[in-house]
Order: sequence, then structure tokens, then C-alpha cells
Amino acid sequence: MNVDPAPSLVLPQAGQTGLRLDTALALLRQAGQAEPAGEPGSAAYLQALIDQLVDLSSRDALTGLANRRNFELALGREVDRVARSGESALLLMVDIDHFKRVNDTHGHAAGDLVIKAVGQALTDSVRPMDLVARIGGEEYAVLLPNCPAAFGPQVAARVRQRVARSMVQLPEGPTLQVTVSVGGAFAPQWVRSTPGIWLQRADQQLYRAKAEGRDRVCLEPSVVTAVSASERDMLLGNFQIQDPE
Amino acid sequence: MTDVAKPIAPPGGARITAITSGKGGVGKTFVAANLAAALARRGQRVLVLDADLGLANLDVVLNLAARVTLHDVFTGKATLDEALQPAPGGFSVLLAGSGLVEYSRMTPEVRDKLLDVVSQVRPRFDHVLLDTGAGISDVVLFTVSLADEVLVVATPEPTSLTDAYATVKVLATTQAARPMWLLVNQVQRKGEGRTVSAQLQQVVDRFVNAGRDAPVMLQLLGEVPSDAAVREAVQRRQLLMESLPGTAAAQALALAAGKLLPHE
Repeated sequence: MNVDPAPSLVLPQAGQTGLRLDTALALLRQAGQAEPAGEPGSAAYLQALIDQLVDLSSRDALTGLANRRNFELALGREVDRVARSGESALLLMVDIDHFKRVNDTHGHAAGDLVIKAVGQALTDSVRPMDLVARIGGEEYAVLLPNCPAAFGPQVAARVRQRVARSMVQLPEGPTLQVTVSVGGAFAPQWVRSTPGIWLQRADQQLYRAKAEGRDRVCLEPSVVTAVSASERDMLLGNFQIQDPE
Repeated sequence: MTDVAKPIAPPGGARITAITSGKGGVGKTFVAANLAAALARRGQRVLVLDADLGLANLDVVLNLAARVTLHDVFTGKATLDEALQPAPGGFSVLLAGSGLVEYSRMTPEVRDKLLDVVSQVRPRFDHVLLDTGAGISDVVLFTVSLADEVLVVATPEPTSLTDAYATVKVLATTQAARPMWLLVNQVQRKGEGRTVSAQLQQVVDRFVNAGRDAPVMLQLLGEVPSDAAVREAVQRRQLLMESLPGTAAAQALALAAGKLLPHE
């Protein structure tokens, strides 16, 4: 495939301020994005350009999903949020089973199609507020804020099944079907933790799913530690009755 | 009193008590320091280890300069012996030092280092008080896992109670069973500690203990009355047990410390 060499765009304003935007604009064009609107070199133009570059640098080029950098930021935010709010959040690690066989048998172009299709199936299997990221070759992560522990197994099963049901049509004819292994762990509520430890716990479950034969879900047994409204009521309501002044 | 024989360390080494609280600002470090002083007066060799890594307060409460800290021990700049320093109440402290902020989140490295420090101090004292951070973190959970017993400090106000309850619940569901004490600080009237303790236990029984083999039983270590003398001592950065031992709050703390002594 031929990629047109980016025409060197010399902006008068940019020239005066010493800004070199050609590479940035070439990147946007390569990603299929329009050049920012507005007077080239103006603040509005540069802000739009920065926004587009930020978007580009937080997405995975092949799938358009969040990339690892974006995911790590989101994971850190979620750990802090959960520690403060006591809400429940689930992290799923998803890995395509026997992906090397796809590449070896059908070539890397087919592999790319499978990676895109799995990404799409993952996106389709969760809520819009959930974050689906491609964090490695054939590895994805799904971050589900506000996901009660009781829902975890069903949500994870739905993710796995949605991928298993999707068909990948190769240009040369054959249709591929792949399965995924899923490992998951909940963020401990009320506990200040680290993204690294949470990731490690979910990863351990992914290893377990792989070791137990793939095409399955393994979730870390969760402990419910949130303080419910009825617990609060019992704790504080009665206390105020017994202790009026 | 020199004729009082120093008790020898228990066979397994020091009894380790992790002192925690859900909410910050309930007097956790104040309680730790004064309990340590009260235990020292009873002839115990006591160490308070500032396990609130990076968010240390013990040096402030005791008016001590953190010369050599846990941070220095962790980074190999000092030995443990150099970091152990005497505190005004006749006990020893191991200060964290503000350089430990980087350790306020649990990593395998911090885990190993803390474990190493605790196992080194254990044979040398009768009682080690681990002053943990406020709230619940991996560091707090790990610190508690090193202890023989837990002391939860709370005050009789809704936020503190809710956080204390959350702490008890998290500890009960994530940690091996161990004795759990409750100390109610800043009570407004006599008996309030008992009321708070009964209230917490009632909710624990209903929501935590249901279906558990080993039910969590909170034992009331004591109640410390809200006392102008406490605020005075804190502001002067003095130990209550040293500067105003006759006050109601100091006596309540001495009584509480007595319950932490063996065979009492």
C-alpha cells in the first residue's frame, strides 16, 4: 500500500512562531482525521489540533479502542474513586485463545481482522460507560465501574459468549471463530490500593482461566465490603434513638 | 521503680497490636502514644512503630525530631538500631519520616521491608504498637496482618462510626480472625463507649457474623472522655500520661492499657 508523502505545509503564523506542524498533520491524515478547522496557527486551531493528537495518542491504532496508556490512566482514577465512594468496580482481562495459530495458519492480515473483531465484540458486550482497551498483542482489558459483585459472573460470561459467537469473515473465504479466556477481579471497596495490584489480581485469574483449559471465565472470589443503606440505618438510626441529646 | 523486674519478652516475641481507625482525626496516634506510655509505666518494653507510612504524625504528637527514620532503614542508609529512638513516655519509637510517601502504597518491596523490620523488633520488646494510617489501604491491611490483635479507635459521631464499621467489616472479610478491640475516644458522657460498642456489635452480628464460623466480637478496651486537658496536652505536644496523669482521660487510658497487659 502506498502512503502519500505528507505535503509539507508551511503556515505563515506557524513559521513566525517557529511551530513545526507537518508531522502532526501527517499523523492526523494517516488516522483519517480532518485537519482542524480555524485559522492555521490560531489558538483555536492549535487547541483543536492538540485535542485530536490527544485522542490519537490514547487510542490503539488497529482497533480504535483505548490503548494501554489510556487504560492505565483510567485504572488509576477508578482505584481512587472506588476508595472514596465504596462503589464496586470490576476489571476483566481478556486474551484470545490460541491466537498464534490464527497468524500461523491464515497470516497476519487475518490476525489483524480477528483482533479488530474481538475488540468490536467486547465493545458490544458492555455498557457505553465501560472502558474497553487493547493493552497488548491479543490482550484486552475491560474496566466496569459501578459493577456490583453479584453481577460479576454474568457480565463476564456475557463478554466471553459475545466474542465466541462473532464470526470473522476473511477476504479469501474462510470464516474464523475464536474464543477468549477471561480473568477478573473487583477493586476492594473502601481500600486505597494501586492499579498495579488490581491488574495483577485480574491477571492471576486470567492465568487460571488459561490453565484450566481456556474459553472460560475465572473471577477472584469477591468480598462485599461496602456499607449498605440498611447497615448505616441500623448503625446510626438506633444509635440516635438510644442517645438522644 | 528499679525493684520492678522487667518482664521478659513473651516466647514468641512482643505482642503486636495494630491500631487503626476508619476515619482520620479521631485521635488514633494520640491513643497509640499514650497507651504506650501507660504500658511503659507498667514495666513493659514498648515500641510504637509509625506504620502510617509517609503520612507520619507520631513525631508531631511526641514533639520528636525524626533524625533517623524507617525510610533510612528501608533505603539502607541506617540500621534499625540507629532508627529506634526513645520517646518521652519511656518507650521507643520508630518514625516513618516524610520521605516514605512513596511507600504509602503497597508494593512487594514495602511488604518485604515492613515484614523484615517487624520480625527484627519483635524479639526485643514486650509490646509493639503499630500506628497505621487512617482509612483502609493495602498498607493498613498488611500491617494488620502482621499483628496479633487489632485496636479500632473511633469517636461517637456518625462519620467515625460508619468508617469504624467499614474497617471492622473489611478486616473481618479479608483477614484471618484475630481479637478486635474498640476504644471510643472523645465520649461526652460516661457509658457512651458501651453504647457505641453495643451498637457496632449489633450491626456486625446482623451483617458480618451471619453465617460465619468465627464471629467477630468487638471487645471494648475503654472509653476516653472528651477533656479540655487532652486538647491542652496535644497543643503543648506533650503526652497526657506524663503531663496530666491525674485527669479523667489519662486514667481512662491507663485503665485501657491494663487490659492489654498479659494476665489481666
